[in-house]
Amino acid sequence: MPIINNKELFPTDYNDRILIEALKKTPQDIIYEIRESGLKGRGGAGFPTGTKWNLASAAVAEKKFVVCNADEGEPGTFKDRVLLTDYLPMVIDGITLGGRAIGAQKGYIYLRGEYRYMLGRLENYIAQMISENRLGNNILGTGFDFTIEIRLGAGAYICGEESALIESMEGHRGEARNRPPFPVNRGYFCYPTIVNNVETFASVAVIISKGADWFKSFGTSKSPGKKLLSVSGDCRKPGVYEVPFGINVKELLKLVDARKTKAVQIGGASGYCLPRSQFDRTISFEDASTGGSVIIFNQTRDMLSVLKNFQEFFVEESCGQCTPCRVGNKKLLDGVEKIEQGECSISYIRELMDLGRSMQMASKCGLGQSAPNSFISIVTHFENEIFSSR
Amino acid sequence: MMEYSKKNGDRAPVASKPLKVAPHGLESDIGSKVEVEINGKAYKVPIGMTILDACKKQNIHIPTLCYHEDLCLAGVCRICVVEVEGMRSLQAACTYPITNRMKIKTSSEQVRKARRHVIDLLLSEHYGECYSCHRNGNCELQKLSKEYGVDSYRFGHVIERRHNVDHSSYSVVRDMDKCVLCKRCVRTCIDLQEVGVLESTNRGYDTTITTFNDLPLAEVICINCGQCINRCPTAALRANDPSHFIWEAIDNPKKHVVCQTAPSPRAAIGEEFGLAPGHSMTKQLNTALRMIGFDRVFDTNFAADLTIMEEGTELLLRLKRSLVNGDKSVHLPQFTSCSPGWVKYIEHFYPEYLDYLSSCKSPQQMFGSLLKTFYAEEHNIDPAEIVTVAIMPCSAKKFECNRPEMTASGFKDVDFGLTTRELAQMIREAGLRLPELPPSNFDDPFGEASGAGLIFGATGGVMEAALRTAYELVTGRTVPFENLNIEACRGMEGIKQASVLLTGLKPEWAFLEGVNLKFMIAHGTANAKKVMEMLKAGELADFHFIEIMGCPGGCIGGGGQPIPTSGEIRKLRAKAIYEEDAGLPIRKSHENPNVNYIYEKFLTDGPCGHKSHKLLHTHYVKRGKYIV
Ligand SMILES: Cc1cc2nc3c(=O)[nH]c(=O)nc-3n(C[C@H](O)[C@H](O)[C@H](O)COP(=O)(O)O)c2cc1C
Ligand code: SF4
Ligand code: SF4
Ligand code: SF4
Ligand code: SF4
Ligand code: FES
Repeated sequence: MPIINNKELFPTDYNDRILIEALKKTPQDIIYEIRESGLKGRGGAGFPTGTKWNLASAAVAEKKFVVCNADEGEPGTFKDRVLLTDYLPMVIDGITLGGRAIGAQKGYIYLRGEYRYMLGRLENYIAQMISENRLGNNILGTGFDFTIEIRLGAGAYICGEESALIESMEGHRGEARNRPPFPVNRGYFCYPTIVNNVETFASVAVIISKGADWFKSFGTSKSPGKKLLSVSGDCRKPGVYEVPFGINVKELLKLVDARKTKAVQIGGASGYCLPRSQFDRTISFEDASTGGSVIIFNQTRDMLSVLKNFQEFFVEESCGQCTPCRVGNKKLLDGVEKIEQGECSISYIRELMDLGRSMQMASKCGLGQSAPNSFISIVTHFENEIFSSR
Repeated sequence: MMEYSKKNGDRAPVASKPLKVAPHGLESDIGSKVEVEINGKAYKVPIGMTILDACKKQNIHIPTLCYHEDLCLAGVCRICVVEVEGMRSLQAACTYPITNRMKIKTSSEQVRKARRHVIDLLLSEHYGECYSCHRNGNCELQKLSKEYGVDSYRFGHVIERRHNVDHSSYSVVRDMDKCVLCKRCVRTCIDLQEVGVLESTNRGYDTTITTFNDLPLAEVICINCGQCINRCPTAALRANDPSHFIWEAIDNPKKHVVCQTAPSPRAAIGEEFGLAPGHSMTKQLNTALRMIGFDRVFDTNFAADLTIMEEGTELLLRLKRSLVNGDKSVHLPQFTSCSPGWVKYIEHFYPEYLDYLSSCKSPQQMFGSLLKTFYAEEHNIDPAEIVTVAIMPCSAKKFECNRPEMTASGFKDVDFGLTTRELAQMIREAGLRLPELPPSNFDDPFGEASGAGLIFGATGGVMEAALRTAYELVTGRTVPFENLNIEACRGMEGIKQASVLLTGLKPEWAFLEGVNLKFMIAHGTANAKKVMEMLKAGELADFHFIEIMGCPGGCIGGGGQPIPTSGEIRKLRAKAIYEEDAGLPIRKSHENPNVNYIYEKFLTDGPCGHKSHKLLHTHYVKRGKYIV
């Protein structure tokens, strides 16, 4: 399944000879170009990629690493799978450029366990790259050595969080680390490491070939460029779309031919649920931000069971190390079940909303900090529906 | 100060490691000062210091639960969160390093709310009530609940057991229904002790702390050190308490109940009664033990003196066989064997090196076998009616006295190992206020002991005691250190080493003339591991004697000692022991008249003779790491 609509950012005729030109640039030039483009991480958190790379490049260490986060665990995202399947050269070139930029000799692709079927193809491609000297020692005569290895995840959502991902790569339980220090200073085996999303790397390859200005001509000033969205749920044309940042929900729904839409979940289970009244909000880092997941619910859907689904996900997928997330999510789920049975008082719901806010504030990593988003937004926007039907 | 510590082969994950952080990656900035604002007041703190440490310095209290000063950082309980201006979420004070000018609020509304939520959440998953709990009155969760005025269970409370209590181990009882998942035990076991018995398993809400394959503790490689108990904030881990059986024996008029007390409990038990660490309670304790109903109160230090005679002789014999006979099969350096945690550690992790271990039993076990033989004979008591209780700072002693080898007297040599904490409980139960009791002496015949036996309690003590005796034995002169205090053996450094040049020896020891006696001291099994790796690499070939204690700080930091523990507390306990030693009339093991008496009367073929081999020495088990 390729990208459905116009493919400016991710063209099917990507010229993989671009790498030859790109590697002639100095690391500083590469970082400069990325900073200029305003590219922000596509994995969800939206951290400026150029800044991240600059920090890693400034860190002094004998080794550095590049990690491509292909864990794609957020419910409702599948755009990285498409990139890895149909746009692999861009992803690999992006990783290589990352290595060039920060001075790493080794890159890893942390591949979601469920994507094991891709392993053979990815490895073949890397082998081919090595045989063509586009990876390996002294790449294309530039004096730059770089190889890429694939690591398989084992199905835990938390292992998409960059520091838990690194723990998992080191052979430990997937648990988020304390931060700071950030991976750019102390990452894989404590060496400076950049972790970026698949789409981020693919975007880098394009930015380096077409230039920062071209990239910035799309999107908004705070969210330059275009973004891949994985659209699923109640629409006629689900799939992966390339859209400029700033598109509003209404326009998106039209694009995917969604009808009688009641709510749109932006950003997967850890994102927010928007009701009809907020469909003029825009997809962008400054407004409705998403790592790519858009799930559409039409009039027939029961929002409480939607919420229950998300909540069950978090109870199971929390890594379990910190109190607010490990226990808090269970309490929210218990609350949902109480509502289901018509046994939940309004005051207890208030109590749980309050708890949700504490979870957002006090959890150790992004999972716990964003887990209550669904609960809070669905209960806020659909309180009437949730309570009146019971 | 946070420190970067990820060495190769390190078994603890970075997720629970303190990492040194420099602003903008400039390591050279670490240590220089930066101004921060805490609750509206400005302070200068060293860059890299955690918010928690900075606040502690200024006497600003921040509650903690998963933080423990002996351990690497976890940052998992989230009770210590504080507000940092400009940051979207709250930060854990225990892990957050100060790297720039920042504004911190330690008790804003948001902070208080979040902390209260954390406590509420923990309590909602906590089984049981404080009044029926081993840690009632000394529990960090209880303390937090009080601090935050918890008066209801906002999110419920567990009223039925969800886990079975693991009673399998002689030493440690695990009750996961009381666990708050702070992972202190995990970090203690894998990082402080480098054993690695405990780990969290499952994910999310199902997370629990468990052993390999969820096996009972008795069936995994636990060395029984009890260090995890000392650092558990709740009653989830506790020692296997035999006091019920001891009361029973005391209440049974037919039984002759004898106790021996090790040096470390007396240096720490005051803490259980509200005294500051570092007050010896030796003589008050004797009174308390009598009032509880023990028929005889003996001093383990006597057996420690005996250990010195046996272990010292063993060393000299090994040296002789090696130097005079050129016997290549002699294993040197000789390692001490009085710490049962260390013994089990080497049995599991370095079974191929067991020949280096002295064959001497620990003082506790030597004492036990003498009580049921020599003492029984001399006093005409049926050994079957003698109940021997060893009052120890140690949880591993409970396992040790149950080893099948420990029946040289024909009976179980030591019936019960009782920890300092459990004894304190018995004293309370008897209605006694220990610090206010009148002093009294130990009972004869094993009442007199030397200061050398006493200092066994602190890391380096065995070495110091051995040197005091061995040096004098071979030279006829006292050790060349002021007041017999061998400072090189003292202090809390993880691994210490030193040497004494042997010259001007007595004729029978002439073969040692000019030998530079090299020794090494390590405490805590993490340091023992380092020493064993040195041995493996052949780096200890010119060493002669190595003291290893399984617990950090030696016995004064044992797994049966009062909770809490910290570097400072252990130092104060050690100080109390050294002070007591300095004031004793006899300070060398070989000058203990009781020791000489026993060699004259009972162990007539002398140290390491036939009889002492039967009663005072033992053998070890090649356990290995994989248990089937
Ligand atoms: C619970 C959790 C799961 C995450 N899963 C993913 C993921 O599957 N893929 C991904 O690229 N980023 C994921 N992230 C974000 C990463 O932590 C990290 O921010 C990202 O990989 C950085 O890359 P970027 O800057 O290119 O977006 C996740 C974050 C959290 C908190
Ligand atoms: S927030 Fe959740 S996933 Fe993150 S560290 Fe805490 S328990 Fe683990
Ligand atoms: S562990 Fe602590 S909080 Fe829990 S019941 Fe015991 S004393 Fe009370
Ligand atoms: S007693 Fe010692 S070895 Fe056993 S689990 Fe506790 S810390 Fe680990
Ligand atoms: S057993 Fe004790 S130390 Fe271990 S995690 Fe549970 S509460 Fe913490
Ligand atoms: S004490 Fe800081 S997170 Fe537990």
